[in-house]
Amino acid sequence: MANKKNLILTILLLIGCFALAWYVNFETDSYIRRVVNLCMVYAIIGLSMNLTNGFTGQFSLGQAGFMAIGAYVVGIFTVPVALRPAVFYAAPMNPLIADIYMPLWLALIVGGLLAALVAFLIGTPVLRLRGDYLAVATLGFSEIIRIVITNAQTITNGALGIKDIPPLNDVRYIFVFTAVIFIFITALINSSYGRAFKAIREDEIAAEAMGIDLFKHKCLAFMISAFFAGIGGGLYGALLGTVDPKNFLFTLTYNFLLIIVLGGMGSITGSMIGAVLVTAGLEFLRVFDEPLDLFGMAIPLFRPGFRMVIFSVLLMVLVLFWRHGIMGTREFTWDKFIAFCKNPFGFFGRKGARKA
Amino acid sequence: MEFFQAIFNMSAASFAQHMVNGISLGSLYAMIAIGYTMVYGILLMINFAHGDIVMMACYFAFFGITVFQIPWYLTFVGVIIATALLGVVIERTAYRPLRDAPKNSVLISAIGASFLLENLANYLFSGRPLRFPNIELLSQNIAIAGVQVQAISLVIPVVTMLCLVVLLHIVNHTKIGMSMRAVSKDYEIARVMGINIDNVISITFAIGSILAAIGAIMWGIRYPGITPLLGVMPGLKCFIAAVIGGIGNIKGAVLGGFILGLGEILIVAFFPQLSGYRDAFAFIVLIIILFYKPTGLLGEKTTEKV
Repeated sequence: MANKKNLILTILLLIGCFALAWYVNFETDSYIRRVVNLCMVYAIIGLSMNLTNGFTGQFSLGQAGFMAIGAYVVGIFTVPVALRPAVFYAAPMNPLIADIYMPLWLALIVGGLLAALVAFLIGTPVLRLRGDYLAVATLGFSEIIRIVITNAQTITNGALGIKDIPPLNDVRYIFVFTAVIFIFITALINSSYGRAFKAIREDEIAAEAMGIDLFKHKCLAFMISAFFAGIGGGLYGALLGTVDPKNFLFTLTYNFLLIIVLGGMGSITGSMIGAVLVTAGLEFLRVFDEPLDLFGMAIPLFRPGFRMVIFSVLLMVLVLFWRHGIMGTREFTWDKFIAFCKNPFGFFGRKGARKA
Repeated sequence: MEFFQAIFNMSAASFAQHMVNGISLGSLYAMIAIGYTMVYGILLMINFAHGDIVMMACYFAFFGITVFQIPWYLTFVGVIIATALLGVVIERTAYRPLRDAPKNSVLISAIGASFLLENLANYLFSGRPLRFPNIELLSQNIAIAGVQVQAISLVIPVVTMLCLVVLLHIVNHTKIGMSMRAVSKDYEIARVMGINIDNVISITFAIGSILAAIGAIMWGIRYPGITPLLGVMPGLKCFIAAVIGGIGNIKGAVLGGFILGLGEILIVAFFPQLSGYRDAFAFIVLIIILFYKPTGLLGEKTTEKV
């Protein structure tokens, strides 16, 4: 009975969000649309990163590389064939792919699959490494993916990047992708695979003793994560309308690291909240990059780059003083929400009492 | 086949040239890798900010010589002191509060510290590349037996070897070195034996940063462009060098540094068409080594205890 009620509430919430997306799409200006779109794309990639880092406990920093794969597949295949010679003016496109055109949804899925394939190739050797070696190796591979893209001139247009990608600015389109991925990952985490992932996170040796195939599950988590990062990257590329190797520097991965640390490593709803806060926050912090005049005096502190300083200080402060983030490993549930609504003041007290 | 052809086609002089370049790059990697390996040996964490400490040291040298016009030898002393302080400050603020936290939190904090240094450099010194001050004595070209080399390329291996000898003496024959070895062997027991862990860790960071500063100065003279992201790739490669040699082992870090430096230069020398991929070399070596010898070339065998 309670389950049915929760399901109905969840469906109602999704419908409400979709209505909101509809509203945002038609009734707001392009700046708001852009921020909302970016929030959702960051949520997708934050979720995908949380799957390996938060749920499976494998500290991977390769998200920017997988995003680049997805974004480039979208870039290569969705530019109209007629426009391609103009885009690839330095060196003509490889004839094998020059005439292949894909609609966006297909390119997104192909990009995701390609990212998953690359993740499999990278993961087979790399996932045998222990925690922090894995971080270095994945960070290195995400840079290598970028190097390969920069060097493959006839496929990716090299350092010039691909312009004239048909711009995607439909909030509903991205919302549907975000919702489907959210539902999929929630279902995955609650399945036997999800429990295996969490067991690996808690204790690898114990998990192995319980009969969990460590390598298979780590690889699976890594590939699914890469798949969604590829899709997210594709949406990101379509959103920007242009892809360029410099967009996918390893520092991009740190945005998602902040999202999952803020939201809570190992919490799906936490990642969603983190994505919204970080994206909106980054937009808000743009104020700091512009010169500010206060009472007729120019304050020299505010100049380009200040935003990222604040951003990195935020990451440090978060991990030093509030390392469990907003949600920790907890999830948002309707039962708790209803309990909170019924008694907003007693809610936190009760939780504290339970802890003690 | 192609490989042998490439070797035969190369004249002795240009081969010697590449060897000198490779050895000097390897020495630079070794200097930085020692910092990683010492910190990992004691704290079991990657000091992600180490590469950025190198970057900051380059900027310190730039400001000392080019902006404040201090003589270069005095500046170098100042840079070494300032960098050592920076290393200790990072350890105190970013790592010490997390001593008992889960490993992932420490890793994130290290990434945060690294990211902060990069952004700070970008904000304070602007992202435009600056030119490392030219020191005529060290950057001039000299000819030995028909091979043109920069003086610094010959100085680098000598300085590295000197530093290594001093460091090995400190680690193996002094009291503080003994405490370092004790802490890296068993953290808890070392504490019980009355070793001041916090002091040992601070000194380790200071030594690592001093080596990073010396490495950074030589790096700057050899490769004069300074940017806020200068330390990232060398940082990753040097960590890999430390892993290849066996993490926690100082001689191993030096060996790993030489393997990577020489390998990188020689691959580009023999296969110029691969030069776009030279940064990938280190990662491929890492994978191969960890596959066949997970504890590195000189690392001790360890068994995982439950």
